[in-house]
Amino acid sequence: MALLKISSPHAHGPMSTAKVMRLVILATLPGILALTWFFGFGTLSNILWASISALAFEALALKFRSRPIGFYLNDCSALVTAVLLGIALPPASPIWLILVGTGFAILICKQLYGGMGYNPFNPAMAAYVMLLISFPVEMTTWLQPFDGGVMGNSALLGPIEALQHSLGLGSVDAVTAATPLDILKQNSSATLAELWQQTPQFGQYAGIGWEWANAGFLLGGAYLLYRRVFTWHAPLSMLIALSVMAALFYDGGSSNSGGSPLFHLFSGATMLGAFFIVTDPVTSAVSNRGRVVYGALIGILVYLIRSWGNYPDAIAFSVMLMNFAAPLIDHYTQPRTYGHKKSAKESN
Amino acid sequence: MRQIWDIHGGIHPPENKHQSLGEKIQTAGIPSQLILPLSQHIGAPAAPVVNVGDRVLKGQLIAEAKGFVSAPVHAPSSGTVVAIEPRIIPHPSGMTAPCVIIETDNKDEWIAHKGLSDYTGETKETLLDIIRNAGIAGMGGAGFPSAVKLAGHPSKPIDTLIINGTECEPYITADDILMRERAEQIIAGVKILQYIVQPSEQTLIGVEDNKPEGIAALQAAAAGSNIEIVVFPTKYPSGGEKQLIQILTGREVPSGGLPADIGIVCQNIGTAVAIHRAIEFGEPLISRITTVTGNACQQPRNYETLLGTPVQYLLDKSGFDSSRCSRLVMGGPMMGYTLEDTATPIVKTSNCVLAPTRDELPAPPPAQACIRCGMCAEACPVSLLPQQMYWFSRAQEHDKLEEHNLFDCIECGACSYACPSNIPLVQYYRASKAEIRQAQQDKAKADRSKVRFEARKERIEQEEAEKEAKRKARLEAAKAKQASAAAGDSKADAIQAAIERSKAKKAAQEGGNAPTENASPENLDPAQAAIARAQAKRAGGEVDETSEQKTERLEKQVASTEKRLTAAQQKLTLAQEQGDDKVAAFATAVEKTQAKLDSSRQELEAHLASLKSAAPAEPPQAELDPAQAAIARAMAAREAQANLSETDKLQQNVSSLETRIAKAEQKLAQAKEQGAETVGVLEDSLAKLQDKLADARQQLENHNLESQS
Ligand code: SF4
Ligand code: SF4
Repeated sequence: MALLKISSPHAHGPMSTAKVMRLVILATLPGILALTWFFGFGTLSNILWASISALAFEALALKFRSRPIGFYLNDCSALVTAVLLGIALPPASPIWLILVGTGFAILICKQLYGGMGYNPFNPAMAAYVMLLISFPVEMTTWLQPFDGGVMGNSALLGPIEALQHSLGLGSVDAVTAATPLDILKQNSSATLAELWQQTPQFGQYAGIGWEWANAGFLLGGAYLLYRRVFTWHAPLSMLIALSVMAALFYDGGSSNSGGSPLFHLFSGATMLGAFFIVTDPVTSAVSNRGRVVYGALIGILVYLIRSWGNYPDAIAFSVMLMNFAAPLIDHYTQPRTYGHKKSAKESN
Repeated sequence: MRQIWDIHGGIHPPENKHQSLGEKIQTAGIPSQLILPLSQHIGAPAAPVVNVGDRVLKGQLIAEAKGFVSAPVHAPSSGTVVAIEPRIIPHPSGMTAPCVIIETDNKDEWIAHKGLSDYTGETKETLLDIIRNAGIAGMGGAGFPSAVKLAGHPSKPIDTLIINGTECEPYITADDILMRERAEQIIAGVKILQYIVQPSEQTLIGVEDNKPEGIAALQAAAAGSNIEIVVFPTKYPSGGEKQLIQILTGREVPSGGLPADIGIVCQNIGTAVAIHRAIEFGEPLISRITTVTGNACQQPRNYETLLGTPVQYLLDKSGFDSSRCSRLVMGGPMMGYTLEDTATPIVKTSNCVLAPTRDELPAPPPAQACIRCGMCAEACPVSLLPQQMYWFSRAQEHDKLEEHNLFDCIECGACSYACPSNIPLVQYYRASKAEIRQAQQDKAKADRSKVRFEARKERIEQEEAEKEAKRKARLEAAKAKQASAAAGDSKADAIQAAIERSKAKKAAQEGGNAPTENASPENLDPAQAAIARAQAKRAGGEVDETSEQKTERLEKQVASTEKRLTAAQQKLTLAQEQGDDKVAAFATAVEKTQAKLDSSRQELEAHLASLKSAAPAEPPQAELDPAQAAIARAMAAREAQANLSETDKLQQNVSSLETRIAKAEQKLAQAKEQGAETVGVLEDSLAKLQDKLADARQQLENHNLESQS
């Protein structure tokens, strides 16, 4: 009998990369649901176009690189990028914007660097930043959220309207409005309490809809933590760092206030960033200690950019900046190996 | 409750232990042929002491230990030696190695043997001898000779004796069933171990909590003793020696060190039983418990198996269905290796034969890209960064790999198990380790020759310089003499010069001797030793020379010293006659020259004697032509070597070099005692021999490593 020669270990764990990716996509559902509920079907149309185009670009790139297309498409990593980008873009973004985004993410940020695992930057965030710089108007036009849900609410885009809007067809007039982060940024005279009273976009702690979308992503993140897709180190340290910064500069809610910790935690892309972007393994620091540092620095940067930068939301910028720093963080946070008094770095 | 510690990482693969625990231990019986590898342990292979055709009895010594780290082999049953030849041995490479093959006669006739009625009356050394002679080597998997491990560091007191009953690998139940059925024997063995090791604090048996029956049996057997059974949560790889030590004591074995360095000795449960049987019944290690399991076996169970039993024999007994089997693994699914031939024998370290079906352990899917998810790092029990090591390994960045402590990797496979991209990480580490070892050896070799070359160059240069200096000194002395002849009171200068000369000489001598102390062969670090030797040589300023040249040189030296002595004596007499107050100085100069002369003469004598003694060991005609004799000898030796296996050859080479070094050391010591100037030359040749030995050792090690991996 011909016996197989394979080196140990012979057993393999139940986890596979495709499974990890599918779990990640699954975990975005609550957040997507909340976004759709409050902002209409625009997020879904984003995700639809992004997914189709991302898969097409990925297949194209693989063909050019003469790699097995099916094998690599199966790992679902392009789909994750597409979904994350779709969520991050303003709902019902025009299709050309999406195409430019996914093309940049997949072709330039991912495949050009050698495909999955080799990209130094998170493709979705890099594409987001590129779009934000190139097309600031389109990228900052957010729809106005409405309480009460998407069903039968004529102010929100339905599925067909969303698609039409993204294709630039018909005469769908979506109601746009500044995001709470924008409003807070522009505010110079009102105290926070006044701001809350004056502006319809504000909800319980943060913006209407935004609170729930963030809660949704928090839920999805908790699920991934439970499934051990990633560890708590990076997301938790990012959230804590952001809260601490917000608490430091809250100053009781005066007109100079940067917003409460809760406001920051549940505004913009905070939770999406914490659980779906900061945890992107490829581009983050590798050790647990490194991830704590990496997450904390992102949290601090997010607050700094939100409060004093030129852009209202800051997750993408902060993540990209820290992607640069990840190798350095790795260098200084190598864990202490069993039987060694100090970690390799400290003993040098 | 005793405190236990946690190890970093770890995984929880399906245990699959119940399959083989349904039945009691079965005696496998006597196969028609037993195949006994001479190397079933870590260290030098045993050397056969039987010949083809000899009848052997059960328990009879068939191969004796060679060297300190080695273990003898005994006949597991009675029968006839039918061959001593290379056969496939259990090894990841599927390689062959010398084995003694015994055709059994089914009589199972024991050789006379007797245990100690009361070992507590014996010394530790006696017991260690019995253990050594019984061929016991670690039965948990590594196979390190137990007596060597137990002999320990004399300098480090042992405070904790740990018995490893963890058995953390899935499927394997050999230790578990031993605990269930032979707990008394285990405890009896542990007590012997306690007596030998004398742990000053505690004796612990570590068992994972997935073996409740075994734990209960052990607890019952250990009742009333000071042996503590420590139960801890199941997690792979808790059973690694270093991991178990961390779990039980919170201490970490220093990287590159041994448990004994932190006052701990660790032994496996199966080893404890073997020790018990050796001491109390006089039985050598000839059988062990082996689990045969996996879904391709209809009756998975544990066998009391004679060493040398072919795997096929066990599989036949277990209802093995080869058509369903995906691969045959020796050991567990995490660290075991695949067997390519079912004729491979069971050896001292074979705890499991695993025959899984394709569903059970499917062929590995193709590896995907690393997504740097860190699941491997989460799983690593040693806190390494497997994903980083994987990148460096692919890029062949050896420095980075070592910086990331590649050599602390225990190859447990936890990282590969956890990796969602199915990357065979451990395979990369094994390959890189082998590459790095090879590179290190090559470098060490190159460094040694470089040091040798440079030392030689410098020696020659220095010799030149010395000659030059001597010539100048002589010239000046002559001038001074002339001057003193011309003017009586300028004598002081001449005296001064003489004093200075002798001082300089003395300094040169001291310089030649002092550093040689650093170069003593005890110095273990070969690189340092080489440097020290080189320095010593430099200071000594000796050149390579043939014995004829040496004789000539020594003779000249004696003659010139004689001349100088006469001159000094004359000067002294002159000074005495004139009542000069430098008489004392002259007197010392004379004395020193005299001493120098004596030592030169001695050296000459010693050298002549050594020339004589080099030859007489040989037959008379050898004296006529030593060169030819040497060639004949060398040829004979080569022929003898050609008949030996590679390992044997290398080993022989090492041992012959060792004898030569011992001789050279003796000579050197003698020369030093006599203060002879040959010290330098002898040291030089000793250094060369030592280099050769280091080379040879490394070759041997290389060879062993190659054959292991
Ligand atoms: S588990 Fe595999 S994919 Fe994940 S970081 Fe480690 S090597 Fe890369
Ligand atoms: S095989 Fe080495 S790197 Fe992988 S988990 Fe085990 S010790 Fe860590």
